[in-house]
Amino acid sequence: MSAVLGTSTLRKEDPALLSGRGRYADDLPVPVNALQAHVIRSPHAHADIVRIDTAKALALPGVWAVITGEDVKKLSDPFLIALKAPVNQWSLAVGRVRYVGEAVVLVVAENRYLAEDAADLVHIVYRELPSVLDPRKAREASAPVLHEDAKTNEVSVREFHYGDTKGAFARADRHVKLTTEYPRLSYTPMECYVVIAQYDPTDGSYDVLANFQGPFSTHPVMARAVRVPGTKFRVRIPPDSGGSFGIKLSVFPYMVLMAIAARITGRPVKWVEDRVEHLVAASSGPNRITEIEAAVTKDGRILGLKLDQLEDYGAFLRAPMPGPLYRMHGSVTGAYDIANVDVTNRVVLTNKMPASLIRGFGGPQLYHAIERLVHRIAVELSLDPLDVVKRNLIPAAKFPYKTAAGSLYDSGDYLKAVEIATSDGRLDALKKRREAARAAGRYYGIGFAAIVEPGMSNMGYLSTLLTPDSREKAGPKNGAVSMVTVNVDPLGAVSVTADATVQGQGHETVISQIVADQLGLKPDDINVVLEMDTGKDQWSIAAGTYSCRFTPGTAVAAHMAAGQIRDKLAAITAKQLNTLPDDIELKNGKIGSRRNPDNAIPFGRAAGTAHWSPVMLPEGMAPSLRETAVWSPPELEPPSHDDRINTSLTYGFVFDMCGIEIDPVSYQVRVDRYVSLHDAGKILNPMLAKGQMLGSFAQGIAAALYEEFVYDDTGAFLSGTFADYLVPTASEIPRVELLHMESPSPFTPLGAKGLAEGNCMSVPACIANAVADALGVKDVSTPVTPRRIHAMLAQPEPPPPTTAASAEAKASPNPEGGRNLQGRGYFELPAAPSAVWRSLLDPQSLKSVIPGCHELQRLDDNEYRALVSLGVGPVRGKFEATVALRDLVTEKSGRIAGALTGPLGGASGSGNLRLEESGTGTRIDYDYAVTATGKVVSIGGRLLDAATAVIIRQFFERLARQVNPQASLSASPATRWQRLMKFLRSRVRGSA
Amino acid sequence: MKPHPFDYVRADTLEEAAHILAEHGDAARVLAGGQSLLAMLNLRLLEPTILINITRIAGLGDIREIDGKVEVGAAVTQNRLLAWPGLKKKLPLLACALPNVGHFQTRNKGTVCGSIAHADPSSEIPLSLAMLGGEVVLRSHAGTRVVPVGEFQLGMLTTTRRPDEFITAVRFPVQATPRVAFREVGRRQGDFAIVAVGAVAEGNKITLGVGGMAGRPAVREYFVDSDFADVLNALAWELGGYEDIHASSAMRRDMLRRMAPIVIEEALRCTA
Repeated sequence: MSAVLGTSTLRKEDPALLSGRGRYADDLPVPVNALQAHVIRSPHAHADIVRIDTAKALALPGVWAVITGEDVKKLSDPFLIALKAPVNQWSLAVGRVRYVGEAVVLVVAENRYLAEDAADLVHIVYRELPSVLDPRKAREASAPVLHEDAKTNEVSVREFHYGDTKGAFARADRHVKLTTEYPRLSYTPMECYVVIAQYDPTDGSYDVLANFQGPFSTHPVMARAVRVPGTKFRVRIPPDSGGSFGIKLSVFPYMVLMAIAARITGRPVKWVEDRVEHLVAASSGPNRITEIEAAVTKDGRILGLKLDQLEDYGAFLRAPMPGPLYRMHGSVTGAYDIANVDVTNRVVLTNKMPASLIRGFGGPQLYHAIERLVHRIAVELSLDPLDVVKRNLIPAAKFPYKTAAGSLYDSGDYLKAVEIATSDGRLDALKKRREAARAAGRYYGIGFAAIVEPGMSNMGYLSTLLTPDSREKAGPKNGAVSMVTVNVDPLGAVSVTADATVQGQGHETVISQIVADQLGLKPDDINVVLEMDTGKDQWSIAAGTYSCRFTPGTAVAAHMAAGQIRDKLAAITAKQLNTLPDDIELKNGKIGSRRNPDNAIPFGRAAGTAHWSPVMLPEGMAPSLRETAVWSPPELEPPSHDDRINTSLTYGFVFDMCGIEIDPVSYQVRVDRYVSLHDAGKILNPMLAKGQMLGSFAQGIAAALYEEFVYDDTGAFLSGTFADYLVPTASEIPRVELLHMESPSPFTPLGAKGLAEGNCMSVPACIANAVADALGVKDVSTPVTPRRIHAMLAQPEPPPPTTAASAEAKASPNPEGGRNLQGRGYFELPAAPSAVWRSLLDPQSLKSVIPGCHELQRLDDNEYRALVSLGVGPVRGKFEATVALRDLVTEKSGRIAGALTGPLGGASGSGNLRLEESGTGTRIDYDYAVTATGKVVSIGGRLLDAATAVIIRQFFERLARQVNPQASLSASPATRWQRLMKFLRSRVRGSA
Repeated sequence: MKPHPFDYVRADTLEEAAHILAEHGDAARVLAGGQSLLAMLNLRLLEPTILINITRIAGLGDIREIDGKVEVGAAVTQNRLLAWPGLKKKLPLLACALPNVGHFQTRNKGTVCGSIAHADPSSEIPLSLAMLGGEVVLRSHAGTRVVPVGEFQLGMLTTTRRPDEFITAVRFPVQATPRVAFREVGRRQGDFAIVAVGAVAEGNKITLGVGGMAGRPAVREYFVDSDFADVLNALAWELGGYEDIHASSAMRRDMLRRMAPIVIEEALRCTA
């Protein structure tokens, strides 16, 4: 009977979306008395909050509330987390900030402009603390501890042993070892977070509209935080979404924050996250360091595997973290038949934004390690990487296959998939292209990746984090409940609600295909309403759209619910047509006898009977036509006593192959060819499946080559705009050749598997392998940026024209791109050292020397507080500065130490000055080291280096004018070799 | 991302704009395309008390050829100059450089003069103007002055424009040679250039322009038979190269050494 399922039915969603009629969160009407909120965020990676002065902001007309962590603490409890550890997080920082961008104060005003004006008037005094960014250092005993009650930053360590790994390593021919690092990144939706919260004081209930995606296991977390039963924390989710990719889970702390703000102000409160806040603080995947080692035979068969995974979750462990470490746990051996594996999982906290869901959810981190290792085995054993892949893939005959760590892989033929992808001359063409490129002296590499893509998570997977004993005490967790309701009205019109949240995938379309097939109708006849209301709709903890749960979960529940309606209609009609229900078929809008097609009634008439004429229904049948189906597959068992866990229900397979070349000028990796084969079981809608694969591929390319959240060593966030956080556009995404095969899943009635995350997992690994092949290197970190390629090539730089110059060459202190600004130079001032010295020490004179200083207050000997307006060109920021002159050797040398804070951020550092009498006056040699943090660093990183130099120059220019008002700065910071160059450039005329 | 409060004036004449600017000085900002200004306002990097929109002033939307120079008015967008029929013949360097300026959408709004006024060290238009030895026409209540490009841009975002002045036009000398080339390296299509290099070949000389390395464009003239490996290495070290998360100083120097010979070669090969 299946007619439309499996075909490329056009998207029901598109007419509205393509004609500007989408109903996104920010488009929805708000109550007329709604206020707008603005979040003030921490410029520091780690600091105690000493004082928050809100009086000036509150005095601004139109400002309704200035809410601090102390207010939030009174009205809410810390968010529940998966771990029994004192890692307490509220919706605003309480007492201490632990990452740049952490929400510290909420300003609520009549509009956003006023709220931001008021925010500039809130004065927050911080006491900076040492920070820790490197997850390895965070584990050390000497590291600053983020949560003192937890006593350590390594808040969870669990070891797992499956099979006889020790024995495997003892009998292996070789051990091959690798350390891989996976970075922090996010997949930025076009639409940022939106929350509209209301509070009803008559019953103490909250109503929160937000573009929240689930999982709804977070709903109890929110309700508990504000100390109400779930029914009093009504969450409503708009019908359209501007993208999610996992990120829209992490709106939940703001849902609680705005709920509290609505309670405090007594008015509805709306908040729309802006792009800077989104990049600095919304969400990131966790960065992971994996020590991975394989025990192998000499022909590359893997006998045993050891993984030590150190995952950095940032400053807090928000629910449902540490998901990425455990969601893939059953699949820790990937697509390979490896019986013996030891795993150590470490969860560490550092001064970064808290990690959370992003598309791929733990897969990219795992496969980067496994797939790099498989390539490395080939290199070390002088084998063909593809042969090593094939030798270890799970054979088709072993399905369903139980992995060492407990996953039950449903179906597949991995070797056949590899065969399809590499045949038809595809691999041969790549090899020829590599040969030709290398012959011409170019860098060309081929990479492979074979990955298993899980679909629909077992709700018990996270409890693998606990020891078997603690699990027993807490009671088992497992399953994945999906729910769909199908309703047929008295005219026979069909509507469906489901427990999925809309993110743009086309769920309305697929549900309408499924239900139409069951009821003998057309997809256009099915009205699917996916806006969600926890106060009225069917949902359980697994609800939401994440971890590829729609196809193995919600789609099945839709199929079942429609089946129940079909059975009911069949029974009703059989009675009316005087035949048996078995004889009834639903087809082309009619319900009738299979044997006698003339004996049929219209669909609507049968439906009407259920509403109008209970008397005509078969005996015992309840009237009306509304069925809710609940689907929870039995294969999703709780973790076993020996820690084996079937982490997901379906397991698709992706095999990727690519050829890349390194551009010799830009050092950019250019993808020459990319082939990706998918086996996701039965495909419900090929067009939608292709869309998911292309989107996932694009984000895989993003992770492989472009996107990274960069922090410097002090915790300053360096990628707060799209000029520094590089989301690739259509111009940057290479063509991909998509291939398909279908191994239906035996565990779901539709045979379909999840498929939307595979390329996010495979592409970074595949490209890293190709880069390793191209450059002949062992360690490849993603994203493989030009900067990293340049460092890997490590070609010696031609020296400057004279040897004298080499000393002046600017060091590149941090190849990974830190923003610790440093430099050196000298100026010549038209006055004697004694005069220069006096100017530096005299407060009145110092006031005119410090750029933009409008107030200087003496705190102590040679120690001042100043209000300055600093900037470059038209850019100006107001800062409060402290300046101290130290280590003074009269008229010879000294050190200026200082710190700045203001709405644009802060900086601290020091500069050494050495004075020397020169022919025309005084020569001052200086060097400086400055660290900057906050908004200006996050958004202006590209210009920071130059801006620092400009401000230092302003200082010396003012000093020159101060010591000799007639003269200007007589010497530029030209270096000796630059002057030499002027001479050498005798053949050259020019400017600048 | 909402700006501080400010007043907004749409000036109808040059005199009106000059008068308001004289009154408010540094507290005022001139608005044309707004592609840098509005973002900076929203980020509260700037706090002007008044914005003066000059795009409706008669004459500022013109592209005119006067005395061997192409004068581009302050309201002319980058895409309008790109579509100007004379561009390829009169200003082949700009014909090569302009497609690299931002994105199609930003070029629809962003103005040629705005880019000169903003003086970003990576920008293509200031680099082209510097290479061609153009001029900047500044207007104030006291009158008009014309500044040679070499004296206009001082460094990053910093120019010799006085607070009471605004740019009414820039003038590009009509090029005598079609032998030009322009390339830049950015991370993505339309990104700020990490290094931008332009070349103009004329007779036995090459004019080389480099952006993205230092606070302002660098322009040098070489004989075509120079030992480019040496001179480019010297230039790379002289300019030093900024450090940011996308490229180290050493990498910028390296890119210059690799890219400039290609661009020079392209310019020399150009015949049409």
